[in-house]
Amino acid sequence: MAGDQKLKLALYWAASCGGCEIAVVELREKLLVLDQLADILFWPVAIDTKYKDVEAMADQHIDVCLFNGAIRTSENEHMAHLFRKKSKVLVAFGSCAHEGCIPGLANLNDRQSVFDYVYLESPSVDNPDRVVPQPMTQIPEGEINIPKFYNTVKTLAQVEDVDYFVPGCPPQAPQIWSVIEAIVAGTLPAKGSVVGANEKTVCDECKYERNEKKVKKFYRIHEILPDRVHCLFDQGIICAGPATRGGCGALCTKVDIPCRGCYSGAPHVVDQGAALLSAVASVVDADTEEEARRIVSEISDPIGTFYRFGLPNSLLRRSRLGKQQGEKS
Amino acid sequence: MNNGEFEPRIIAFLCNWCTYTAADAAGVARMEQPANVDVIRVMCTGRIEPMFILKAFAEGADGVIVSGCHPPGDCHYNNGNFKTFRRMPLVEALLGQFGIDEGRFHWGWISGAEAPLWAQLARNFTEQVRALGPLDWKSQKASKED
Amino acid sequence: MKKITIDPVTRLEGHGRIDLFLNDEGDVANAYMVIPELRGFEKFAQGRRVEELTDITPRICGVCPEAHHLASTKACDAVYHVDPPPTAKKLRELFYSAFFVADHTVHFYILGGPDFVMGPDAPVAERNILGVIHKVGVEVGTRVITARGKAMDIIGLLGGRKIHPTFGLPGGVAKFITEEERQQVEATAREEIEFGLFSLQLFKDIVLGNKEYLDMILSDAFTMPTYYMGMVDANNKVNFYDGKIRVVDPDGKEFVKYSPNEYLDVIAERVEPWTYLKFPYLRKVGWKGLETGKDSGVYQATPLSRLNAADGMATPRAQAEYEEMYKTLGGKPVHHLLATYWARLIELLYGAERLLELSTDPEITNPHVRNLPTEKPTEGVGIVEAPRGTLTHHYVTDEKGIVLKANLVVGTTNNYAPISIAVKKAAQAVIQRGKDITEGMLNRVEMAFRLYDPCFGCATHTLPGKMALEVRIYDTAGNLKEVLKRNM
Repeated sequence: MAGDQKLKLALYWAASCGGCEIAVVELREKLLVLDQLADILFWPVAIDTKYKDVEAMADQHIDVCLFNGAIRTSENEHMAHLFRKKSKVLVAFGSCAHEGCIPGLANLNDRQSVFDYVYLESPSVDNPDRVVPQPMTQIPEGEINIPKFYNTVKTLAQVEDVDYFVPGCPPQAPQIWSVIEAIVAGTLPAKGSVVGANEKTVCDECKYERNEKKVKKFYRIHEILPDRVHCLFDQGIICAGPATRGGCGALCTKVDIPCRGCYSGAPHVVDQGAALLSAVASVVDADTEEEARRIVSEISDPIGTFYRFGLPNSLLRRSRLGKQQGEKS
Repeated sequence: MNNGEFEPRIIAFLCNWCTYTAADAAGVARMEQPANVDVIRVMCTGRIEPMFILKAFAEGADGVIVSGCHPPGDCHYNNGNFKTFRRMPLVEALLGQFGIDEGRFHWGWISGAEAPLWAQLARNFTEQVRALGPLDWKSQKASKED
Repeated sequence: MKKITIDPVTRLEGHGRIDLFLNDEGDVANAYMVIPELRGFEKFAQGRRVEELTDITPRICGVCPEAHHLASTKACDAVYHVDPPPTAKKLRELFYSAFFVADHTVHFYILGGPDFVMGPDAPVAERNILGVIHKVGVEVGTRVITARGKAMDIIGLLGGRKIHPTFGLPGGVAKFITEEERQQVEATAREEIEFGLFSLQLFKDIVLGNKEYLDMILSDAFTMPTYYMGMVDANNKVNFYDGKIRVVDPDGKEFVKYSPNEYLDVIAERVEPWTYLKFPYLRKVGWKGLETGKDSGVYQATPLSRLNAADGMATPRAQAEYEEMYKTLGGKPVHHLLATYWARLIELLYGAERLLELSTDPEITNPHVRNLPTEKPTEGVGIVEAPRGTLTHHYVTDEKGIVLKANLVVGTTNNYAPISIAVKKAAQAVIQRGKDITEGMLNRVEMAFRLYDPCFGCATHTLPGKMALEVRIYDTAGNLKEVLKRNM
């Protein structure tokens, strides 16, 4: 490996979509600068290092591991422990590792119900023998093992000790660069901090005019044509901006689509979904319980609305295990 | 557990001026109330963030009560309870989607002069939750997957 | 049997592992392309508001979120029985054309390209984007970053976020473009056409001009006759955004041409217990195992498949390149898997030309870009061509537009059976009794997978060539017999 001064960097993807990898690619010409500053020891999307190479490294050999993706399977968890062991600094990079993100919506289901649908009930599946994936399969030539699919999606911090959190789905390139600069300069804040975002909400960066909100009716995004001047929330479209940490540049509202909350909960908020629910409820223009009920009954799928990105990281984390959607106990 | 029987753990967020006063009066008057209900006094139900209710369930409550002054006129702060009735229906819907039976969450209004109503609510709600069984959210969170 | 594991497969999107089983003589008895991951989107889409799937399903893939976004948007149009205004459709296709340019650039130059441009047996330290830049020059590297970047800027202009953009919704798109923005897009389109031509010339010089590579392209190890699938417009020309889906048989004859609503009549999926990914196949031909040819329902959906399934390209320069490719490779259809790289660059050029056409369309700055749905939602199917293959989104909702059922047949999924066959073919051709197993041979096995997957690329220029590999060989009793290492 060339140069003792270069940062030893690793990037790993657990249950992810690859968007965090492309987010690093979006550094564009800054990647040439990164090349001067760091050696990338492991990055499956781009270089051909294998798991065995990581296992063979000395403990804490890696300076910084940017770990993206949620913990969905036993392999994801195994790699979380492996990278913790081999890295001085472990960063939960992007919404999946930080909070569970979209895959976290599967916390409204469990392994059985996911398998039943994907492998048995889905319209295009032709599976008369009711085959489902197994952790171990005997084939004529030997054995094939696949990781176990957990009942519950977990965040990285729920299975390992994490040093820093970079929010976003995905993190935006300028923020990623500011984190890299801080790593290289040694100016990262206290362990456990959220980095690559600011201490305000998305509203602070949003282009819209904001007035006092009094909503008599909530609309879904395709139900009205918002004027492109005033806050969407004012116009009855639920926007997660007030409950979401800023730093993304308010890109969605820039193109007249409401924020869905991908940059994690606003600073000092314990549970992003509860905070957003509270924000929505406080703008309901009702002077009686009946009217309030009528107005909020328009809001379908509360968990999908308020906990779109942060369900595994919320106070309750998942729906009641052993119950199907709609069942209660 | 009392003789092996499940004893529900119930958290009640009560507003200082109305329901807390009622609960206090019920205690002074020795009206029968079960020990299952732990009271948390807030100055107004409008102070109750939805997060408190979720946190109570997440940390082991089997049932949660929210109670305050009757709208529209009784609230000590004029319209704090308006915020409450705007929030609670959505909290109900949210809890339902999490799979928490509606029988575990009660919200309403009991004035300071209605101590017997408070005692009755505490008794009835405890039995209602007892019948539903333990929620035990903590062990669901803690379960390690092999 | 001896087992050789390549774990993980690299320079691809997603997780994968190749398990090779060798018999006692040292030949490859079988090879398994194992996919060890699943997230369950089809299940947790249930209960969601259907229009929100336009923002949820892009998280299936952060390399082609635009594909899922548009397939989802089209499915939502169908669910709500709403027809977007013409400008909205054109803007969607403009957005999508820009995306294809960016994505195909990434695959050719950074992801799969290094194998081809540098050669399959090139030293590991060179077989990556750095090696490519050394070979073709820093100027070219910068040109690649810029070309990709400008195409992505169009995505950002319309969709806010460049990764997981938010642009389409049932009945139209959220944003219209001003004349100033239109001029920017037009200028970029012209540059991308030049870049497309440049890339094709590079391919011809470096790859086709090298006999060894040409032999590899034409070799039996990388040749496989199957059915081919791709979307075509009303004139049977390749279209990425809208049209019908055409399947041709291994002889090139049309087998079926179907509308989105008919996809269940055409495709079925098979489950195996040793992998999380399902195997689609042509229902009417049937599942005959991992076999190729006319009697097997295995089909391919790749850039090459699209060109095989169509009668031509809808833009002039891409059409000229299409004709040249088929002339060089001996007519249609082409079964040489590595020609996918060539087809991909022809599609890049087409995408750029289409971007120019759409950006100069007289209607393109019309602010009327949304029609509000008026009918009750029920059910709908939306299909687009993802860069990696035909992408199908199918939603069933209740009358409030809450999802009851969702079915997704995703680009690369179409190709899972062919990939499995190709990996085995490559392994059997390359690993044989009596020959020591080298790193280059294992890489050739990976190349059989890599040519299919343009979905993930990385424009890093920081690849230090640290290629380390360990191969462990076990005897039939499970004892470790030999460990081959490199760079470790």
